[in-house]
Amino acid sequence: MKQYLGPLSKDNPILVQTLGVCSALAVTAQLKPAVIMALSVTVVCACSNFIISLIRNTIPPRIRIIVQLLVVSFFVILVDQVLQATLYDISKMLSVFVGLIITNCIIMGRLEAFALSHKPLPSLLDGVMNGIGYGLVLVVVAFFRELLGSGTLWNHQVVPDSWYAAGYLNNGLMILPPMALILVGVMIWAKGSLNHSTSRS
Amino acid sequence: MSDIFNIFVRSVFIDNMIFAYFLGMCSYLAVSKNVKTAFGLGLAVCFVLTVTVPVNYLIDKYLLREGALTWISSNFATTDLSFLSLIIFIAVIAGIVQLLEMVFERYLPALNMALGIFLPLIAVNCAILGGSLFMQERNFPTVAHSLSYALGSGIGWLLAITAFAAIRERLKYAKIPLALQGNGIAYIITGLLGMGFMAFLGM
Repeated sequence: MKQYLGPLSKDNPILVQTLGVCSALAVTAQLKPAVIMALSVTVVCACSNFIISLIRNTIPPRIRIIVQLLVVSFFVILVDQVLQATLYDISKMLSVFVGLIITNCIIMGRLEAFALSHKPLPSLLDGVMNGIGYGLVLVVVAFFRELLGSGTLWNHQVVPDSWYAAGYLNNGLMILPPMALILVGVMIWAKGSLNHSTSRS
Repeated sequence: MSDIFNIFVRSVFIDNMIFAYFLGMCSYLAVSKNVKTAFGLGLAVCFVLTVTVPVNYLIDKYLLREGALTWISSNFATTDLSFLSLIIFIAVIAGIVQLLEMVFERYLPALNMALGIFLPLIAVNCAILGGSLFMQERNFPTVAHSLSYALGSGIGWLLAITAFAAIRERLKYAKIPLALQGNGIAYIITGLLGMGFMAFLGM
């Protein structure tokens, strides 16, 4: 059981293994797209892990990357079409980043490192947990960026009007792309310090 | 003509792949320990982008878009294959990378020595697929526009990774808090570089 909980903190795909960073940073200006993105990655990661694990003994090793890419892009197209049909505005906001799930290194990384050598059900669970570990970071970054940058959460205003009347201003810098990087840097810093203090005691 | 030049300058500085869209961050962080390898990877990305984006542009324009197939017969005027674009683009990229690898090995051994080890990595680099997807989103009027976009983005990526690698080399001599060493400081530096690049927004 322990190995499945790893992705949540100890082996977090973004903070520790630096996988799948590209999309993580670009979609976190607001909470809603970040949650949708996290869900999509979880679905794609779990399903493709499951399928690759089912056919792992029949894939010739030389062409396994192509096979993996095809399976992953099949699920990404499904997710993309579902998003376009049900959540059109969010899908416009995520624009190319849904398509870029194909080249998200978390998914290829889990396929290579886990699904090719494990049974289908453990692979499914591994995919789900890695998706959640990825999603956690996205949600934390998006929470701070939306709260400090636009004063809203999930498009609802959180900062009271009286603060604005008293001269409170939204920090416009938080919406701009560079702040996402700096926030992730700070998260790694905080996590690193926590680990060091626990390992010392 | 000035359009094409504008797209080029825009994609190098303002819409920089790394600082504005964070594309190709994984290899950007992993292969920037020293300037020489970083430059090699940057060149390879630049090269593959410049080849794949125009090819995907032609495929998109004459095969996938709604009404793109009218050159075969007017019956296809309402056929829309754009849902296939993800799978076709990634297949084209993987194919071209494989092809380039073989051509380099056979005819250009010197280039193969320099770029060879990076080529397999590039098939799954998000900057390459991202280039094609952005090209599709922006609806460029001619293939020359897409070529200038691809070249500009590639040079922007090369610029970013080389600058970052140079900073990282100097960083070896800096005192950084233990928990921030490695990736933590790398993210923060990229963020600061990105803020610097935002100065080009006013251009």
